[in-house]
Amino acid sequence: MSFPWADEYKPKHPFMRWLDERLPLPRLVYGSVGGGYPVPRNLNHFWNFGVLAGLALGIQIITGIVLAMHFEPSGAGAFNSVEHIMRDVNQGWFLRYAHANGASFFFIVTYIHIFRGLYYGSYKAPREMVWMLGLVIFLLMMATAFMGYVLPWGQMSFWGAKVITGLFGAIPVVGEPIQTWLIGGFAPDQPTLTRFFSLHYLLPFVIAGVIILHIWALHIPGSGNPTGVDVKSPQDTLPFHPYYTAKDGVGVGIFFIAFAIMLFFLPNYLGHPDNYIPANPLSTPAHITPEWYFWPFYAILRAFTVDFILPAKLWGVLAMFASILLLFFLPWLDKSPVRSGSYRPTFKIFFVILIIDVLVLGWCGGLPAEEPYVMISQIATMYYFAHFLIILPILSLVERTLPLPNSISESVLHGEKAEAAPMGQTGGTAPTTTVA
Amino acid sequence: MATVEHTEGSAAEASDGVRRRDFINIAAVSAAGVGAVALLYPLVNQMNPSADVLALASIDVDISSIQPGQAVKTMWRKQPIFIRNLTPQEMAAANAVPAGDLRDPQTLADRTAEGKPNWLITLGVCTHLGCVPLGAAEGENRGEFGGYFCPCHGSHYDTAGRIRKGPAPLNLEVPEYVFTSDTVVRIG
Repeated sequence: MSFPWADEYKPKHPFMRWLDERLPLPRLVYGSVGGGYPVPRNLNHFWNFGVLAGLALGIQIITGIVLAMHFEPSGAGAFNSVEHIMRDVNQGWFLRYAHANGASFFFIVTYIHIFRGLYYGSYKAPREMVWMLGLVIFLLMMATAFMGYVLPWGQMSFWGAKVITGLFGAIPVVGEPIQTWLIGGFAPDQPTLTRFFSLHYLLPFVIAGVIILHIWALHIPGSGNPTGVDVKSPQDTLPFHPYYTAKDGVGVGIFFIAFAIMLFFLPNYLGHPDNYIPANPLSTPAHITPEWYFWPFYAILRAFTVDFILPAKLWGVLAMFASILLLFFLPWLDKSPVRSGSYRPTFKIFFVILIIDVLVLGWCGGLPAEEPYVMISQIATMYYFAHFLIILPILSLVERTLPLPNSISESVLHGEKAEAAPMGQTGGTAPTTTVA
Repeated sequence: MATVEHTEGSAAEASDGVRRRDFINIAAVSAAGVGAVALLYPLVNQMNPSADVLALASIDVDISSIQPGQAVKTMWRKQPIFIRNLTPQEMAAANAVPAGDLRDPQTLADRTAEGKPNWLITLGVCTHLGCVPLGAAEGENRGEFGGYFCPCHGSHYDTAGRIRKGPAPLNLEVPEYVFTSDTVVRIG
């Protein structure tokens, strides 16, 4: 298999020719992530984060497989087997801390990857499928991370499982049977733990499968770029290898430095101390919080406190799921023909407000459900939905965008600094008469 | 041949182009589809509570040592149960509220056994998202209405275990129970 736009794979070595005729795997690699894949020449470092997310998944799968060799998924044994990993298993502490912090890093790079897409309009035609498959991956990641957090069977594990499966209980009529079905009983217990372990092991491979589809869909139009202008000639591109393998290498290096700092010096910084207390079904922790990467969604869940036609609880659950499902419609909510936020001065302002809004939601989600945080999360939740349902559709009608460069190579000729900036906006050193 | 004529009848022959092979296709795919759905059932249903989880023995609780104003926590169906001996003031406070004004209208009498209005027996499971409310043990926060307080999302229950403030939609659930004697209650 090869891609229509990929440069022809011409193996020189007779063995590679022999292999290519029987199993064109080298051809697939060459055409998708090798020298045969032409990529816009102006990608900045925000384009590293897809590769970094893939790397994070790899770290999770490798550390997860070895941790499963020492973990015992039983109500009586799970907590102790995690302590056994931490104290007795050779380098077990390293593997577990890498897995726990690896989950956080997976979410960090994925959130940056998503916001990269939001800023540069990566969700717009012809890349809608890339965007939607990415959201599917995000949902799978959330399910996997949630179930993984239950496995150590500490207090936060148990009560997190209870609260999150309780969300399904909010659905009228079928809610409670669904909740009972999910946890295999009336409260989280042994059946819950064993099924979560099974699914926690399975889902990463499902994610890997959807990632293949995500990359496949990406390779049909090819990568976007900071200007949002389509590739027009071979001048606009560079081969993926060695140019972007090298550029991704820089990102991977920085990723590992940050990861090592957390892993070796602050391994429990992102965790919750209550999860080092064994699960106790009779005692609810004073303040249940999910892991930090769920905080914005948790804030939306708790923002609904008034019954309006439907019970407040159901509104919270609906809003939380809607906050992600909404993003599936984003390609049709933002109809602006200009992809890149760099050429949309008003959009840029709202984009920054959205980032602040999500950070505020995250901040509220980690705090107790008290005033003024409930009020703040209500306002922030309203703004979140308003951004996608009101501001973006209106902006795409009324915004005056800046002139786009004629081509990627033209924008590059303005010099490094002006590469991603609107034409004529930043004082590039080269005179603009270089247009061919 | 007979099968085709019987099932498709004259309608099939009227619209030309329907052949015996079409019938065989539909029949084969339908049979396989029904079989696949039938196979799906055990795969889905295995996740429901197993027989040992469902085989919930009812429990007998000795309540003789619970003084007025005190409460105990016990476990039933792997869920906490609160048994509370209400003081006369607490009962009066619960009865003073018109039930119609409540989110989940119930009177104290609806929620207690006949002749035993001081024994409030409820599940210790918040009806919002299933946390265990505080207020059963000595010194715990009982919320603004003197009953139970759920720390997770701030639901306040009154002395009859009824939801008064916060996100929970319903009153604390009252399980089935009978007093087998003056000092023993059987739950379940």
